Amino acid sequence: MHTLSIYEARERLLEKKFSSTELTQCFLDRIRQYSHLNAFITLSEEQALESARKSDERIARGFSTGALDGIPLAIKDLFLTKGVRTTAGSKMLYNFIPPFESTVSQKLLDAGAVFLGKTNMDEFAMGSANITSYYGNVINPWSCGDKKLVPGGSSGGSAAAVAGHLCTAAIGSDTGGSVRQPAAFSGIVGLKPTYGRCSRYGMVAFGSSLDQAGPMTKTVRDAAIFLRVISGHDPKDSTSSRKPVPDFESFVGKTVEKIKIGLPKEYFLEGMSSEIEDAWQKGVDIMRDAGTEIVEISLPHAKYALPAYYIISPAEASANLARYDGLRYGFRAAGAKSLLEMYEKTREEGFGEEVKRRILVGTYVLSAGYYDAYYTKALQVRQLIKQDFREAFKQVDIIMTPTTPSSAFAIGEEPQDPVSMYLNDVLTVTANIAELPGISVPIGLDKLNRPLGLQFLAPQFREDLLIQNGYILEQNANFPTLKEII
Amino acid sequence: MKHLETSTGKWEMVIGLEVHAQVISNGKLFSAASTKFGVAPNENVSFVDAAFPGVLPVLNSFCVDQAIKTGLGLNGTINHISHFDRKNYFYADLPQGYQISQYKHPIISGGHVDIEDKNGETRKIRLERIHLEQDAGKSIHDQSPTKSYIDLNRAGVALMEIVTMPDLRSAEEVSAFVKKLRSILRYLKTCDGNMEEGNLRVDVNVSVHRPGTEYGTRVEVKNVNSIKFIMAAIGFEVERQIEMLESGGVVGQETRLFDPSSGKTILMRSKEDAQDYRYFPEPDLPPLVIEQSRIAEIRKTIPELPDAKTARFQRELGLPHYDASLIASEMEIADYYEAALAHLPVENTEIAKILANWTLGELFSLLNKDGKNISESNVSPQNLAELITLIKTNVISGKIAKDVLKIMWDTGKSASVTVEENGLRQITSVDNIEICLRSVLAEYPDKVAEYKAGKEKLFGFFVGQAMKKTQGKANPQLLNDILKKLFNEG
Repeated sequence: MHTLSIYEARERLLEKKFSSTELTQCFLDRIRQYSHLNAFITLSEEQALESARKSDERIARGFSTGALDGIPLAIKDLFLTKGVRTTAGSKMLYNFIPPFESTVSQKLLDAGAVFLGKTNMDEFAMGSANITSYYGNVINPWSCGDKKLVPGGSSGGSAAAVAGHLCTAAIGSDTGGSVRQPAAFSGIVGLKPTYGRCSRYGMVAFGSSLDQAGPMTKTVRDAAIFLRVISGHDPKDSTSSRKPVPDFESFVGKTVEKIKIGLPKEYFLEGMSSEIEDAWQKGVDIMRDAGTEIVEISLPHAKYALPAYYIISPAEASANLARYDGLRYGFRAAGAKSLLEMYEKTREEGFGEEVKRRILVGTYVLSAGYYDAYYTKALQVRQLIKQDFREAFKQVDIIMTPTTPSSAFAIGEEPQDPVSMYLNDVLTVTANIAELPGISVPIGLDKLNRPLGLQFLAPQFREDLLIQNGYILEQNANFPTLKEII
Repeated sequence: MKHLETSTGKWEMVIGLEVHAQVISNGKLFSAASTKFGVAPNENVSFVDAAFPGVLPVLNSFCVDQAIKTGLGLNGTINHISHFDRKNYFYADLPQGYQISQYKHPIISGGHVDIEDKNGETRKIRLERIHLEQDAGKSIHDQSPTKSYIDLNRAGVALMEIVTMPDLRSAEEVSAFVKKLRSILRYLKTCDGNMEEGNLRVDVNVSVHRPGTEYGTRVEVKNVNSIKFIMAAIGFEVERQIEMLESGGVVGQETRLFDPSSGKTILMRSKEDAQDYRYFPEPDLPPLVIEQSRIAEIRKTIPELPDAKTARFQRELGLPHYDASLIASEMEIADYYEAALAHLPVENTEIAKILANWTLGELFSLLNKDGKNISESNVSPQNLAELITLIKTNVISGKIAKDVLKIMWDTGKSASVTVEENGLRQITSVDNIEICLRSVLAEYPDKVAEYKAGKEKLFGFFVGQAMKKTQGKANPQLLNDILKKLFNEG
């Protein structure tokens, strides 16, 4: 039962083939069994079994209406969960127990979901391999032989938990690709909604103008079911949209005939492996056979998205992370003799290297004398990229690209300089910069048996197109489910 | 242009102000926490105010309305689109590590406040801008030798920062400006203007230069929390800067603190230590868009402001400018005055002036004695009007009326009841007054003789004696007339 999708598990729960308690216990056992994956930072076993029991009661009494009633989920440790420790992967919040629930996780609870625990992640969501976590790296369940693969990041724990069948689905967050990239590395579906589709309230902030919560699921249909639950306006988030939330699942199985799919020529990266190109071609063939029209398009400024992203997101992060000062909650370094010293020691000891690097970069690009050269320029680039996409979507309905420039790499074989590491995000950041929705769908395995993913990008608030096209791709890709964790 | 003269020649001073006015609002600028003053430390603190992870600011639209109202009242332009920015700095009472403010695009641009200079000429003091921002909390350092305490009750409370152009030229003008600004804000009910409670805080920018030359380097003085201190700080600072320049020194661009105990300003930080606030657009808040219809609605709620009221009192009631502007300086005084006037014949400008005298004189001395403001007066406007009527109809004399008012203040009773109960009605009977006077003259035959011998000063003595006999109730005019008649008779 651990391999079932939300859709399948929900059917069986309602048919009483098994109970939510049984399903939940099965996952809790698997999480323990495969604890070497290090997918979870904190388990909420008692709460999970209690939620499952309540869900079983509802099902028994025929009162089960929630779209996720009884479904065990894993929650990225970026979302505040009332009474359950939330660390954001950082020592800074090693002891932080939130007094309130994030809007997105509350919506999941309201839909009847069972929370198994909090998943590992790159510290403050800054990373692409889940190796910056204070709580240790996560191992990709697809690893075989003596090489341990990274699951991608920053939602690496959620990706590993879904891929390794330690939960039915998980929630992640995507600031520059943190849902889609680990989804591609781990052979699952990851959807980043349009900026503003989901509330950011109660989500530990990284890049406020880029952050979005997103479903990480076993199927495209699950992503549709999940997305509908977490979407919608929240009075507590002024940037959340009032746009109506469609029934995304109704776009599952809808024909894609006559849909025009754009392939941006700028995404044929120099030095991209032929396997990635082959995967892309496989996707093109599937979609063409399904009746779509494939068109080459140009996004002339897309190549500037990555540098713009690595200015805007650290700039916002440098302010967002200023609150971690040791005063009100979280870690406080001992032995400081003055306020300034307390700040310095707390932040020196509480933050990891990557977080400190980004705070420094962000502080630098906002400094007097550098502001216009970096921050102002990056905002201008952001406008140009948005304009590129507006033009592109006059020609095509949706865009298809590879999700990542490579497959998952082994722990210890990751690029050693930060800039090469940042290149992992090169294909995903454009969606965040342009505030567009994107989905990564598994397309196949490379020669080393490592998953590859393709990404669709749609106009703002057209997640329906992602579901519609993603489903067709998924149905024809014949991607193998991971059978066994070694 | 005012000049300061020293042994080396003339100097001019240039002053601009940054006024932080706390917005009257039940909720904070970005959270629903209460703004109530004087509660236990950290009682009015939401998760947003304490900057918990994952919280987001939500703009309080009432605070926006208050800023619009203030902008209209101060003749500013309400910007259709404005933006919030983050101003980054670390301090223990700033939980976010940044203040949400408005930097490049404030909600209000321009505006002006008219003040009067010494010669009664109107001086237009231009405003550069008004923007909304959140206040910080308070750090308390004096409760423990080793610890600092943080109170976040004030953290997140809405402030309007009102920035003037460098249009002020003397400490007196600054005083007049702050008083006028406070008066308008109180009329608008957008800020209580209570400097002691810190809900109106003024930073003063001062520079000096030789007439006809460029403005000098400006020095910012913070922590001046009364008009008296503002004037003292300017006085000290101008003198310090002139002395420095005259002795061949240079005035540094610096921020100084006013020390009320010494009356001096103390260096807080120099330009080299100036903080880089790294302002950038607040990504958690969309641009603030204000529609014309909203401005029109708020415009309807703006009351007659002090300048217009003063002009009307002069024009319609014939009040002197001094009285009119004093009454108009506070809406409560003006309302009291107009409420009293409603019970008096308005076409009579003499009565308007008498009422002004009684309000600003006798009533104010009673209010000051008990430390009350006019809205808490023991004497209602109607009762004061009745007192004036009793004076005008000769039921009591003006002198007795002062005693009547004191009794009214203590008892809360009306003027007529007070007069009757205390038998204070004026004696207007010619016969009674004549009998009284005759008995006085009979008592002092020597003085009568002296008077008749030419010592006319004694006239007042006989009047005084007669008043004494009548406990001051004799009509003074009648008393005078009858005494003259008696002496003429023989």
